[in-house]
Amino acid sequence: MNLHEYQAKQLFSQYQIPVPPSKVISDIAELEQLPDQAWVVKAQVHSGGRGKAGGVKLAKNLAETIDFSQQLLGTELITPQSGGKGLPIDKLLLEPLSDIAQEFYLSLLIDRSQARLVMIASKAGGMDIETVAEQQPEAIFQQTIDPISGLQAYQTRQLAFALGLADKAINQFTHIGLALYRLFLDTDASLIEINPLVLSKDLQLLALDAKINLDDNALYRHPKLIELRDLRQEDAREALAKQYQLNYITLEGNIACMVNGAGLAMATMDLVKRQGGLPANFLDVGGGTNADRVAEAFKLIVSDSQVKAILVNIFGGIVRCDLIAQGIIQAMQEIKLDLPVVVRLEGTNAKQGQQMLADSGLKITATQDLSTASQQVVALAKGTDRIK
Amino acid sequence: MSILIDKNTKVICQGFTGKQGTFHSEQAIAYGTKLVAGVTPNKGGQTHLDRPIFNTVAEAVQQTAADATMIYVPAPFAADAILEAADAGIKIIVCITEGIPVLDMLKVKASLANYPDCYLIGPNCPGLITPEACKIGIMPGSIHQAGKIGIISRSGTLTYEAVYQTTQMGLGQTTCIGIGGDPIQGMNFIDCLQLFANDSETKGIVLVGEIGGSAEEEAAEYIQSHINQPVLAYIAGITAPPGKRMGHAGAIISGGKGKAEDKFKVLEQCGVATVYSPTEIGSEMARLLSDS
Repeated sequence: MNLHEYQAKQLFSQYQIPVPPSKVISDIAELEQLPDQAWVVKAQVHSGGRGKAGGVKLAKNLAETIDFSQQLLGTELITPQSGGKGLPIDKLLLEPLSDIAQEFYLSLLIDRSQARLVMIASKAGGMDIETVAEQQPEAIFQQTIDPISGLQAYQTRQLAFALGLADKAINQFTHIGLALYRLFLDTDASLIEINPLVLSKDLQLLALDAKINLDDNALYRHPKLIELRDLRQEDAREALAKQYQLNYITLEGNIACMVNGAGLAMATMDLVKRQGGLPANFLDVGGGTNADRVAEAFKLIVSDSQVKAILVNIFGGIVRCDLIAQGIIQAMQEIKLDLPVVVRLEGTNAKQGQQMLADSGLKITATQDLSTASQQVVALAKGTDRIK
Repeated sequence: MSILIDKNTKVICQGFTGKQGTFHSEQAIAYGTKLVAGVTPNKGGQTHLDRPIFNTVAEAVQQTAADATMIYVPAPFAADAILEAADAGIKIIVCITEGIPVLDMLKVKASLANYPDCYLIGPNCPGLITPEACKIGIMPGSIHQAGKIGIISRSGTLTYEAVYQTTQMGLGQTTCIGIGGDPIQGMNFIDCLQLFANDSETKGIVLVGEIGGSAEEEAAEYIQSHINQPVLAYIAGITAPPGKRMGHAGAIISGGKGKAEDKFKVLEQCGVATVYSPTEIGSEMARLLSDS
């Protein structure tokens, strides 16, 4: 789960990590009481790269602030990272201009190969850390954290000196680093990033931006953080799928896939692409699926008007294929599905399942072979004109 | 031969009396696994599926000399269950549970360093099986066949594809290990490859990877310098968009890292055979074996 910048900065404040004074607005009328001065107007959307996309604007005075706010609020922002989709701008964060002497990068994240948390700092603040890693790896410094003893002050000092900080900024950096680590543990974060962390001309460190991603698996122990979820930033179908415990991700193609198991679901999408088609979605109905879930999954799939054909790929292991076939027939009748469906059933009782599908009188092509199934669905998608 | 488990492995089940624990214990017993006991706190002294229940893993190990465990306890209690098993002296810990918080797993990994003889498989995995001898996990026993291929995979049902195809080709399997789909896991590809390298009956190895992390790239380099048997790799997720978690907690392309095409590229540079279609795993493995 992702947090907005303003939410992350509220958490920073609670942990005494310095952030600029700010105001969050969701209505232009709220701007009236603001002092007439220069403001930075920042669109609150779940994506990086907002600046390049025009979601961050520098206003010289209040009149310009109102202007910019009107341009942004209630519109959608397409960023280089939002995958072609516009994200609704429901809130703006307004901050006074900071006087910046130097910009840094600071983050805490999980290093999978080491199975450790790592604190990363860089002199190249304001830049993508991936770009810095490629272009000037010598500007990046990191400290690996032992999960038993935790982040130590000396580790943050090493980073501070490596960044070239001096005097009271060293202590302040140590304070920020340790607070960031406590925040990470307390919220079960999976990533916290400050980019940029700025040093002002009077030598104060300040988190100018804030990004927090939370570990979905740990949300059960953070009821207060769940309240911060902004469903409007998420794909509507993906959010709906979560309610039915389906793993669903919208893609750009026209061949819908329904598969049991995440790995097999990805493999099925890849196969559709290999045969010259484009998958409309990733959908994992779970290893032990049943008729109800199959029905919900079908409803989800047809709510996407791009979809022209459906490929169901079930490897029946412990789940029997005849039960799955029954679920498919029931679901198709229930929602009166009129799109061509190719079903590949393999594993336990596959032959019975296929026979049931063949005898159903529905628009189903049943097969046991995955290559054949993916070829067929691609051909069917090309020949289908969907009546909207 | 096989790796990690065989027909003599004595297995217990943690979360024995729950719905999942009960169902998969029944399946394991029916397959012939030596399931000797179960552990459910506060139900010690009772029996379930004709097996004794113990309150603690330590007691179960004392009474039955069990050497492996399968864990079906819910995610909030799973890290505790893994550490309890390690502390009781269990050598093979298979954690099926999905949804364990990452920070819990970081601590578990660090603590397991104190138990050098202990292997953790998972979490969020289908388990492991030595066909016709011992099944610890949720995989369908019927598609397996004793034979000569070792299978290592991050996925569940995709593993079954590889298993089924190698069975149909008459190759069979020595041991199949689902290492799981989480970002922080117990055994990784290299740990498993190391064991297969020393198993004289494993004539070929199938490696099934997916997007996210760099475990496949690390495995590729290891294969090049350490593995003599032919290895065939398949990576799922060529069509996966960046920044999206594809079902498994660990299956995500982040910051341009963890793409399937990059993994294929490194594997091929290291001389590992690859297939781009999951339907060709069985036939290609057969071809590799007949060539070698």
